[in-house]
Amino acid sequence: MIIPCPFCGPRDLSEFAYCGDADNLAARPDPAASDQSSWNAFVYDRTNPAGDHAEIWQHAGGCRRHLRIVRNTVTHAISDVTMPGAKA
Amino acid sequence: MTSHRCAEGGTAIDRTDTVGFTVDGRQYFGLAGDTLASALLANGVRVMGRSFKYHRPRGLMAFGVDEPNALFTVTTDGVREPNVRATEIEIFDGLAVESQNRWPSLDNDLMAINQLGGKALAAGFYYKTFMGPVIGPLKGTRFWMMCEHVIRRAAGLGRPGTAPDKSRYERINAFCDVLVIGGGLAGLKQAHEAAETGRHVIVCELEPRWGGAADGKKESEIRQIVESLESRPNVTLLTRTTVWGWYDGNMLAATERVSDHLKTAPEGAPRQRHWVIRAEHVALATGALERPIVFPGNDRPGVMLADAGRRYTETFGVLPGQHLAVFANNDSAYATAAALRHAGANVRAIVDVRPEIGAAAQRLADRAGGALKLGHAVVGTSGAKGLKSISVARYNHETRSFSGGAEEIETDCLLVSGGWSPVVHLASQAGANPVWDDALQAFLPPKPDAHWSVHGAAAGDLDFDHDLSPAPAPVFEIGHPGKAFVDFQHDVTADDVRLAHREGFRSVEHLKRYTTLGMATDQGKTSNVPGLAIMADALGKPIPDVGTTRFRPPYTAASLGSIAAERYGDLFPHRLTPMHDWHGDHGARMYAAGHWERPESYNRPGETVEQAYVREAKTVRSGAGLVDVSTLGKIDIQGPDAADFLNRVYTNGFAKLPVNKARYGLMLREDGFAMDDGTTWRLAENRFLITTTTANAGKVMSHLELCLDVHWPDMRVHVTSVTDQWAGAAIAGPKSRDVLAACVTGTDVGNDALPFMGIVHGAVSGVPVMICRLSFSGELAYEVYCGAHHGTHVWEALMAAGEPFAIAPYGLEALGTLRIEKGHVTAAEIDGRTTARDLHLDWMLSSKKPFVGSAMMNREGLTDQSRWTLVGVVSRSGEKLHGGSHVVAGDRDGPGPGLGHLTAMAFSPEINAYVGLALVEDGGNRIGQHLYATDPVRSGTHIPIEIVSQHMVDPKGERMHG
Repeated sequence: MIIPCPFCGPRDLSEFAYCGDADNLAARPDPAASDQSSWNAFVYDRTNPAGDHAEIWQHAGGCRRHLRIVRNTVTHAISDVTMPGAKA
Repeated sequence: MTSHRCAEGGTAIDRTDTVGFTVDGRQYFGLAGDTLASALLANGVRVMGRSFKYHRPRGLMAFGVDEPNALFTVTTDGVREPNVRATEIEIFDGLAVESQNRWPSLDNDLMAINQLGGKALAAGFYYKTFMGPVIGPLKGTRFWMMCEHVIRRAAGLGRPGTAPDKSRYERINAFCDVLVIGGGLAGLKQAHEAAETGRHVIVCELEPRWGGAADGKKESEIRQIVESLESRPNVTLLTRTTVWGWYDGNMLAATERVSDHLKTAPEGAPRQRHWVIRAEHVALATGALERPIVFPGNDRPGVMLADAGRRYTETFGVLPGQHLAVFANNDSAYATAAALRHAGANVRAIVDVRPEIGAAAQRLADRAGGALKLGHAVVGTSGAKGLKSISVARYNHETRSFSGGAEEIETDCLLVSGGWSPVVHLASQAGANPVWDDALQAFLPPKPDAHWSVHGAAAGDLDFDHDLSPAPAPVFEIGHPGKAFVDFQHDVTADDVRLAHREGFRSVEHLKRYTTLGMATDQGKTSNVPGLAIMADALGKPIPDVGTTRFRPPYTAASLGSIAAERYGDLFPHRLTPMHDWHGDHGARMYAAGHWERPESYNRPGETVEQAYVREAKTVRSGAGLVDVSTLGKIDIQGPDAADFLNRVYTNGFAKLPVNKARYGLMLREDGFAMDDGTTWRLAENRFLITTTTANAGKVMSHLELCLDVHWPDMRVHVTSVTDQWAGAAIAGPKSRDVLAACVTGTDVGNDALPFMGIVHGAVSGVPVMICRLSFSGELAYEVYCGAHHGTHVWEALMAAGEPFAIAPYGLEALGTLRIEKGHVTAAEIDGRTTARDLHLDWMLSSKKPFVGSAMMNREGLTDQSRWTLVGVVSRSGEKLHGGSHVVAGDRDGPGPGLGHLTAMAFSPEINAYVGLALVEDGGNRIGQHLYATDPVRSGTHIPIEIVSQHMVDPKGERMHG
């Protein structure tokens, strides 16, 4: 698998570290809110799709940026790479 | 005379160059260019292997990678490589091979007695037999496991060696626009077309020569294309290179056999080279493999695939027999018959299941001579160690009925053709499901997309000369009594397939696993389609409805040596601190802590490790000691929001920490468990330096980066790992202040100027240093940091200044002893399963602000009173404790359930006993209890202990505040 890093160019999978489900990480509950069920969902609930999946990968062996990557879990085809946290 | 070298012919051989080699120690001669298969065939050798289960004699069946029978072990300098196909071993002077799976010899294999047990050894033999009844004292399957040992010796393939492989292997990464797999005519044409457009092309051919199966008449055309390709800088041509794996994103794996065919490898050349090729486009030109027909006695040496017979004759000038017969369901074998007749063989008969043939085939049959038996089938063979005759009967393939008696035809070589199977393996690996083609009676690759294409015979384009038809009659098996083999390498018969069906294994995946059809080293190259056809027949379904299994890499076996290449031996990265050499020069025994090499203890002559660390710990408690703490993770955190950021990731507050003060900090994970602890130094309003445990430095760094990149991208904070930029030495002990006073310039280090958790900047021996008064040992102590390049200089200056105070360096063991005595935690206790409360760190949990983990840390299960909590333990018997021992309530005879475990142990000179830290169920309420530390598997100890507070020495912390 080759991941096109927006900073470093197309780089081999071995330079990257998987950091979790991007949509889940983006939905981190408001820390001031004490709604236990939303925190439970954030920490433990994950989808397991066969198909496109938004993920956070860190270019750990490169620029160290975290990237939001849409990867097809069946074919490993990467269809989108963006910066996480960027306003849509 | 059976098989033999013809007087002329052979495109690959050099008749002037005789080559000597040995098989089982016996000397043979071949010609340069020969494979082991062609050379043995030329020597008239017929038995080249013994079958897997029944030890039946087996001869050569194929020409290339599809050969199931002729497997040998190549022995080079005592290194054994088993299960190598004779068709792929190129001979050289001095080549030595051994035959396999025979005892005492290939010609006289006593294990052939297994054939008598044929019925008992049918499919599922192991599954049915090795279910254990109780026999006398032998319980369950144990008796059968004993038998299995014997049986497994009798059944099998080659035996690998135990000697280390001395060969050198290489890896290479390659990138290209077009990867052409297969250097036959179709592949070469495709490569030429791509190369003309300027694209970078790699062409891989698994055989030593270009041209693949194309017959000799096309030689000049092939040479012309290869010469044109060779002259282009944008083309890489690789022979002896098998592409065996096709992975995601058009990444392919190939093995180039660089010097397997040479007596000695050229200077600097590896034995094999592992290619990882990333291709924009893959052009498959992998050709097609001829299929056998399943009929009784079809495994007798002398029964060979028809096209293999043609290729041995054309390529090596070796006729596979003198008196040939042909058995076919299609036209292609007729050309072979005619060609072999031309080369000097006598064609006795052509047996064809079809009642009629076309004019083109008829012309070739006339040229070949011999009896043309249309509407007939071979129903049996005879000959003890090689084919002597075949039985032929009239056969209607549509009604599958025989009529009339069987006729014997004397022949020493039966050339069989059951049609052609395009090589779809690689496309299937890449996820393209093959599609059944009724006309060709074969699976074809599906319609390709932009990333790949398929050409020539691999695409089903079976371009036979002489206007021959590529369509075979749909005949896969001649259903006549007798052992008819489908998978030669695993000894799976047609009856085995039907047995599997009768026993309920109806999916093709189950059939494969139950009978092991297609699971041998040849991966069913010749057996797949016939096996499927027999299964489909049993199920009463058409073949495409039964489906095929997905092919997996590798297409042919790849050596692990080539995949590992230079990556063997000690690959563990070693990180060294700036003072590493000093430690070694001063008697330190180094110890691997994660990636770091750290001093374990500085043993004086005659001292044991324990004596050394006890002495070092005593020195710290009574005078002063110096320890290298450069390995601690160090992260520089800067920016206007730095304090706010630390407030969010640490459990305790940092906003109000004054400049030049440090604070102990704890981080939790999002799920509320403890992640890491360390100290945070405020160097300026917007600048902090944090330290992490040595073990968790990388994890903490990534965690902080994730928080900034993903959760709080608007925070104006930058984090930088500076672990390698700072050298650190901790000086500890009641005399440590005196030592610093003796060598630090530019700052006062007295209690007022440098109180507990204070930071000062000064110099040691001219080098700028940053000193923070913190203590891991519980003594008055300071951490002195300087630029990494000055680490040894400052260290030596501190040692010199400490000499009047009898300072001594101390290692990890003494460091551990001191922290155990104080109940300070490390990664051994922050093990991912403990909470702040479990470690008595709940005083650090701020209730005034949210932080990572705050929302989840008060869950019921995390606040349960009975959780394992940190305690101290003291050995009551004087016996040495063992880290990892379990804490139990009962004695050796009745230990009872585990209540926890020891995370660390040491001999404490302060307490004068072996002590440890432990995580124990409801630990807080067990202080004073007498329990046991049990270690039944390793040391066999069961030691009485007392549970004590984890603060075993100076519980009020008076020493470090003094």
